[in-house]
Amino acid sequence: MSASTTPAWKEWVFTTDHKRIGVMYLVGSMAAFVVAGLMALLIRVEQSSLGPTIFEDPTVVGDNYNTWLYFHGAAMILAFLIPGLTGFFANYFLPLMIGAADVAFPRINAFSVWLFFVAIILALMGFVIPDTPDIMWTGYPPYSVTTSANTAFYVFTVHLLGFSSILGAVNFLITVIYMRAPGMGWNQLNVFVWTTVAAFVIQLIFIPVLASAVTMLLFDKYLGTHFFDAAAGGDVLLYQNLFWFYSHPAVYVIFLPAMGVLIEVVAGMAKNMVFNYKACVYGGIFGITLLSGEVWVHHLYIAGMPDWIRVGQMVSTLLISVPVGLMVMSLWGTLYRSSITYNTAMLYAAACFFLVLIGGLTGIPLAMVSMTVHLSETSFVHAHFHYIMALFSTFAIFAGVYYWFPKMTGKMANEKIGKLGFLINFAGVNITFWPLFIIGLDGMPRRYWDYEMYPQFEPYHQVALYGAILIAIGMAITILNWIGSAIGGEKASDNPWGAQSLEWTDTVSPPGAGNFKHEIKIAADWTPYNYGK
Amino acid sequence: MKGRLLSAFAGMAAMMSSATGWAQDKLPDPAADWDHLWFEILVDLFVIGGIFAVAAAIMLIKYKAKSPDAVGNGPRLTKVQALAWAFIPATIFMADDFFLAAKGWTLWNTYRTVPENAMEIKVTGSMWNWEFEYPDGTTSTYYPDEATEADKGDGLVVPVGRAVVLRMTSTDVIHSFGMANYRVKEDLMPGRITYIWFNPKEVKNSFVTCTEFCGTNHSRMYAPVKAIAPAKFKEWLKKQADA
Repeated sequence: MSASTTPAWKEWVFTTDHKRIGVMYLVGSMAAFVVAGLMALLIRVEQSSLGPTIFEDPTVVGDNYNTWLYFHGAAMILAFLIPGLTGFFANYFLPLMIGAADVAFPRINAFSVWLFFVAIILALMGFVIPDTPDIMWTGYPPYSVTTSANTAFYVFTVHLLGFSSILGAVNFLITVIYMRAPGMGWNQLNVFVWTTVAAFVIQLIFIPVLASAVTMLLFDKYLGTHFFDAAAGGDVLLYQNLFWFYSHPAVYVIFLPAMGVLIEVVAGMAKNMVFNYKACVYGGIFGITLLSGEVWVHHLYIAGMPDWIRVGQMVSTLLISVPVGLMVMSLWGTLYRSSITYNTAMLYAAACFFLVLIGGLTGIPLAMVSMTVHLSETSFVHAHFHYIMALFSTFAIFAGVYYWFPKMTGKMANEKIGKLGFLINFAGVNITFWPLFIIGLDGMPRRYWDYEMYPQFEPYHQVALYGAILIAIGMAITILNWIGSAIGGEKASDNPWGAQSLEWTDTVSPPGAGNFKHEIKIAADWTPYNYGK
Repeated sequence: MKGRLLSAFAGMAAMMSSATGWAQDKLPDPAADWDHLWFEILVDLFVIGGIFAVAAAIMLIKYKAKSPDAVGNGPRLTKVQALAWAFIPATIFMADDFFLAAKGWTLWNTYRTVPENAMEIKVTGSMWNWEFEYPDGTTSTYYPDEATEADKGDGLVVPVGRAVVLRMTSTDVIHSFGMANYRVKEDLMPGRITYIWFNPKEVKNSFVTCTEFCGTNHSRMYAPVKAIAPAKFKEWLKKQADA
């Protein structure tokens, strides 16, 4: 296929190049991020004052608000965070990091991204059909079955994304196992590669459970089965068990690659080796993967589960802090005796050190069943998981995009605008979510647009709105900066940061088809973090 | 009421150390225990978080690159050092986990052990209001959108000084009975009966809010929870039964 005869759009849509597929994932997931972000802004506006704010009729507010909540949650998790990390980053950088020309099955890879786009279109169509979905991203029955709103679009979106992820998982696991550059041993992989492997192992094991749960939902609603219908001998809690059996591990499908990206950025910008690599990989990443399937009941602590399993999974949930702690030790240790250059990427990475502490530590009381009888389903939970998913993981993604921007585009991102965007974003996220911790502790329930019984919380919601407006401004600056710099940025050299990983040392910016111009051979003492001695 | 308490005292005295009933002054207070444990956890979190935050801040400032070409010089760990840097922190984290788990389990037992002689109230959640049924069959509800106080209803009214156990179910979708003031919450769903108990130890007005998403009026599904003096409660119950 020669470039002169094929139109540009065809080259992108029908590409089998992992880098272009990666960029398509980035564009798709950022589109989802923008739409779901606007939903968040609407939510904050509605909550900012007591009583109806955007519409006058409380019923209209209630229905619209629930649609925003549904779309915000579903799109941020399923269409932004997971595809951004395991679609974009894994596609673009994993083959480069292991010295491979592409993934094992490039056409299946192209099929994965098509499925992803069809899923996003399907999810967006939820807005234009008459009965817009309002079932929250969790889709709990009986509500999701009895509501007049549409449930099928949600189920089919999950099916398509799940199918896309399973294909991706098989593809990338085989790529890592068989296509590493000659000589590259398991202990020479980038930490990001390991986190991606773990994320895909988790996807492969747990997605079928989610798919079966939502399929049963579809059958209950449209085919008259009674899996979750207590009146006909079904069980309401079955769905929640199946749903969280996938959806808690899904948190690690997000957290692990986010941590991986962060460690790459920190090692590259602080020009230091990863501290205690083996503890990070075999203790941290393996430990989280092993424990991920034994902690789902902490999402059901107040759901009426038997007492014995609530206590048992309190212990297993608390123990997650051990492997997470080992990864944190490696992250912190990588700073020790380092040499840090502060560009926009490193600023986002530096912020992540504090965001992961707040998000992680506030998770500890939520791991304890006897604390959740008060904290569950309050703004405290909302703020906690936003610190991990929305702030930490998204900041890690932004750090990664800025870090690899020269590699992907061949241009340097504008640093001044980048840093301005960072400062506004960092202020915005903290101003938004700290008030929610405080009122959550006082009992502010989640998913409320009105809080007549708690008028004293109004000022906190107002402050949260100011923070959200700052975030909107910061995000707009950031995304415009990427687009502007990709078009008109200064030309970048092949390795502007002097990093040691293969994608920097052995490819041009941006890498062409086939990635490497020469054969890659890995020496026994090589690591992607070969700094210093 | 008084008679029951006296008999509880008498029972305890008779069985000496093996207490089978709770005396009023011995009635556990899960909400106060919750606050106490929360404070301990907060100290724990601030110690851990403080150490890591300060360490990060110091290193982020101290190791700023001296020149553009400078590279880091992190320590290459020997096998023993690497194992020590894995097992020592892991052991400390694990010790803290088990410490918290033990504390959490103890409080959990308080939450799940309903004191004897607790007053049992049946709670039924429906989209979008709560109904309370007292042992004598009297019911009470609350409709926040009604115009007058009388039409709205009284919500959950309980006497001070006696444990209250709620046996809860739902007629339609999942709801959750959250009383922030009493630090307790549990879901209600069709086909199962769940329970929580609380100790209304002083006269107080608070709220129960629905804390599991249940549709259009989820954020308006609440009711007052009024803890009143036992004598007043008797009056209220009689008035309610007559109505």
